[in-house]
Amino acid sequence: MKKMSKTTRSNLITYLMVIVIFAVVQIMVSTGHVSSLLQGLLVPLCAYVILAVSLNLTVGILGELSLGHAGFMCVGAFTSAFFSKCAVEAIPAAGVRYFLALLIGAAAAGICGILIGIPVLRLKGDYLAIVTLAFGEIIKNIVNILFIGRDDKGFHFSTKDSMSLGLEEGGKVIVNGPQGITGTPKDSTFVVGVILILVTLFVVLNLMHSRSGRAIMAIRDNRIAAESVGINITKYKLMAFSISAALAGVAGVIYAHNLATLTAQPKNFGYNMSIMILVFVVLGGIGNMRGSIIAAIILTLLPELLRGLSDYRMLIYAVVLIVMMLFNWSPKAIEWREKYSARFRRKNGKSAKEAA
Amino acid sequence: MSFISYLVNGISLGSVYAIIALGYTMVYGIAKMLNFAHGDVIMVGAYVVMTAIASGGLPPAAAVLLAVVFCTILGVVIESVAYRPLLNAASSLAVLITAIGVSYLLQNVALLVFGANTKSFSSVVPVPALVLAGGSLTISGETIVTIVSCIVIMAGLTLFIKKTKAGQAMLAVSEDKGAAQLMGINVNGTIALTFAIGSALAAVAGVLLCSAYPSLNPYTGAMPGIKAFVAAVFGGIGSIPGALIGGILLGVIEIFGKAYISSQMADAIVFGVLIIVLIVKPAGILGKNIQEKV
Amino acid sequence: MALLEVNNLGISFGGLRAVNEFHLKIEKGCLYGLIGPNGAGKTTVFNLLTGVYKPNEGVILLDGENIVGKKTIDINKAGIARTFQNIRLFKDLSVLDNVKAGLHNHYKYSTLEGIFRLPKYFKVEKAMDERAMELLSVFDLDKEADTLAANLPYGKQRKLEITRALATEPKLMLLDEPAAGMNPNETRELMETIRFVRDEFHMTILLIEHDMKLVSGICEELTVLNFGEVLAQGDTSDVLNNPEVIKAYLGE
Repeated sequence: MKKMSKTTRSNLITYLMVIVIFAVVQIMVSTGHVSSLLQGLLVPLCAYVILAVSLNLTVGILGELSLGHAGFMCVGAFTSAFFSKCAVEAIPAAGVRYFLALLIGAAAAGICGILIGIPVLRLKGDYLAIVTLAFGEIIKNIVNILFIGRDDKGFHFSTKDSMSLGLEEGGKVIVNGPQGITGTPKDSTFVVGVILILVTLFVVLNLMHSRSGRAIMAIRDNRIAAESVGINITKYKLMAFSISAALAGVAGVIYAHNLATLTAQPKNFGYNMSIMILVFVVLGGIGNMRGSIIAAIILTLLPELLRGLSDYRMLIYAVVLIVMMLFNWSPKAIEWREKYSARFRRKNGKSAKEAA
Repeated sequence: MSFISYLVNGISLGSVYAIIALGYTMVYGIAKMLNFAHGDVIMVGAYVVMTAIASGGLPPAAAVLLAVVFCTILGVVIESVAYRPLLNAASSLAVLITAIGVSYLLQNVALLVFGANTKSFSSVVPVPALVLAGGSLTISGETIVTIVSCIVIMAGLTLFIKKTKAGQAMLAVSEDKGAAQLMGINVNGTIALTFAIGSALAAVAGVLLCSAYPSLNPYTGAMPGIKAFVAAVFGGIGSIPGALIGGILLGVIEIFGKAYISSQMADAIVFGVLIIVLIVKPAGILGKNIQEKV
Repeated sequence: MALLEVNNLGISFGGLRAVNEFHLKIEKGCLYGLIGPNGAGKTTVFNLLTGVYKPNEGVILLDGENIVGKKTIDINKAGIARTFQNIRLFKDLSVLDNVKAGLHNHYKYSTLEGIFRLPKYFKVEKAMDERAMELLSVFDLDKEADTLAANLPYGKQRKLEITRALATEPKLMLLDEPAAGMNPNETRELMETIRFVRDEFHMTILLIEHDMKLVSGICEELTVLNFGEVLAQGDTSDVLNNPEVIKAYLGE
C-alpha cells in the first residue's frame, strides 16, 4: 500500500508546514520583528486560510464554482457573535464560550449550506456560480436590516430600526442593523486560529481520502459514471457543500471574535470577499490544499508588505495577480516552463555526473 | 401615476442593465468566460466623457464618441493581453481569475488618476423632459434617451448578427470554435470583435448610467456590472433577446422593490427573483437547456 | 426464470421513435450480443435498461422485479452495471480509486468514521484495497494501480471501465462497444477476458459490438436491432445467417 503512505506523507507535510510557519511567526513576534499592523493581521489571516481551504473543498474536490462563500462566513460570524454576546455573563469561561460559539457558527453555516444546496446544486457551472453569489448578497443584505434586542421579557426582533424593538427599561440591543454587533468578546487569538486551521485541514484532507471523498471526486470527474456505479449524487454533493459552508462558518467565528464591532459590509462579507477567496484557491492550485494556504498567506500579506508604495500597492497587486495567472495557466507559458526546466534538469544531471 | 413613473424608471434602469448585459452575454457566448472586468469598462467610459468635457472642452457628443473609441480599444487590448493566452487553459477558472485581476487593475488605475472621491457627473443628455398627463407624470430626458438607445442598439446588433458576415462568424464561433476554424473563420479576430462591440456598448452604458445617476467613483461600475451579469443569466446567458428581457425585468423589479417593499432590501429582492427563476428554469428565461448525451 | 426479461419497450424523442416494441430474454450466465447498424438504437436500449432514460412504455424485469421508473443508482444496486461507448472514467483518480469507487456500496463506513480515522476506517479501507487489487489483477491492471486513470492507454481504459463495473457486484453487465478502438490483438485478448469474467464470476453479460469476429466468437445469443425494432433474435449462428440480417448490414 505504497499509495496510502504517499498521501499520508503529503498530508503530514501540509500539517508540518502550518506548524513551522506558526513557530516562525511566533518567534518573530517575540523578538519584535513583526509590526503591530502585521500582528493585527494574523487572526484574520487564519480566517482567510480556513476560507481558502474550505472553498477548495467545493471548487477543487466537488468541482463546483461557488461565489458565495463569504455569505457562509457571514452566517457563522453573526450567529456566533450573537451567542457570545448573550452568553458573556452566563458563561464566564472564555474557552467554553468560544468552543460553543464555534459549534454554533459552524452548525448555522452548515445548515445554511444544506438549505441553499438543495435547490441550487442541480444547476451547472456558471449558473451555480451566479446563484451562490446571489445567496451571498442576500445573506449580507438580511443581516443589515436585522435588529435584535433583549430585555427581561426575552428577545425582540425587527427589520426596521432599533426603536421599533420596543425594549423595556434596561433592555439591550444586540444586533443593531447596519451597525451590526458591538462588544463581542475578543476571544480569537493567533494560537486558536492556527489550531483551527489544523482542524480544518484534518477534516478536509481526511474527508478527501475516505470513501465519501472518493464518491465526491468521482462525481466531479464524471457524474454519469458515478451514478452508474451507484453513488448518490445529491447526497455527496450536499455533503461536500455543507461541510465547506460549515468550515467557512468557523472562519466567520474567528473573524467575528477579533473585532470590537462586527458589521456586514461589501468589503468583508460581500461578493468581493468571495472572489478574493476564490483567487486564493485558483492561484494556489485547484484541489491543492497546501497551495491554498500559501496563496492565502502571500496574497493577504502582499498589500501590507507593499504598504510603503502607498497608492500603488493595489495596482501592483492587480498586476501581480494577472501575471501569475498567465504564468501558471497559459498553455504557452506551461510549455515554455517545461522546456526550460527539462533543460535545467539535463544540465544539472550532466554536472552531477561530471562531479562523480 | 406613481406606479407608471416607477415603471418608466424601471424600464430605463433596465435598459442600461440590458446594454451592459449584452456585453456579458456576447462575450460569454463566444469565449465561454465571465468577463468580470466588464463593469469596470463602464466606469472608464464615464470618466473619459467627464474628463473630455471638463478638461478637453469637447462637446458632449464628441466626448461620448471618444469614450466609445477609447473603451473599444481598451476592450481589445484587455482581450489580447490578458484573456487570449488563457483561452485554452486547463481550467476555465483561470481566465475568470484573470478577469478579476483586470477589474482590480482598472479600478486602481482610476483611483490613481481620478482619486477616490465621488465626482458629480453632469448629464450629457440634451433632450428636455417630457411632461405628460397635465404635469402629474414627468419623464426625464435621460430616461427617454436611455430607452431609445437601448432599442436602437438591440435592433442594430440583431441586424448586424443576422445580416453581416462578421455577425454570422460570431454565431459560428459561439456554436463550435473548432468547426468555425475549419470553415476558415478567423476565430481570434471574431473574439476580438466581440470584445470590441461589448466594450463600446459598455462605454455607452456608462454615459447613460452616470447621466441618470450623476455620481462617479472608481467603483461605480462594479455593482451595475454584477447586476447586468445577473440580468444576462436571468434572460439566458448567450441569448441577445434574453439580455434585453433580463435587463428590463431586473430594472423594473429593482425599482418596484425599492418603492414598494424596502429600499435596503432591493438588491436582495433582485437576487431572490433570480434564484427563483433559475430554480424553475435552470438555463434562464430564453436559455437552451442542453442535456449531456450518454 | 430468465435473469433479464424485457417486453414491449419503447421510447420516443420528440417525434422520433428511437426504440419500438423491443423485447429480450437473457438467461443467467449467458453471453448475449446486441448488434445492429449505426443509429439502430442500441445505446438507447442500454440507457433504458439503466434508467438514464425513462421508457414511454414496456417492462424490464430483472430477476422478476420490474425496474422501470427506478433511478440509475437504484438499478445499479438492483444488479445492473455498465460501461460506456465514450469511456467515462474518473480521470483524475488513480486506477485503484476508480475501482474503489465501484466498491462504494459494498464496503461501507460512515463519513465521520472516515474523517476521524476510527478503526473501522482502516479495516474497511484495507479490505477495499485487497478486493480492488484482486479485481485489477484479473484484468492485468494491478501494476498500474497508482496511475491516474487519464494516463492509461486507451485499451486499458476500456478494461478499467469493465473492472469498475464488475466491482459493483452486478448480476448483469452491459458492455457498450468494449472493443471499439482496439487492435485485433487487443480484441482477441479482450474476448478471452470477457469469457473469463463470465466463467469466473458467473456473470451474465449483454454487449453491444460492431466487431463481428468478437460477436461471433463469444456471444451465444444475439438480438439484431434495426431502426429501433428487433429484426432477428436467437442463436448466434442462426441470426448471422438470417437473410434479413445480412440485408440490413450489407444493404440491398
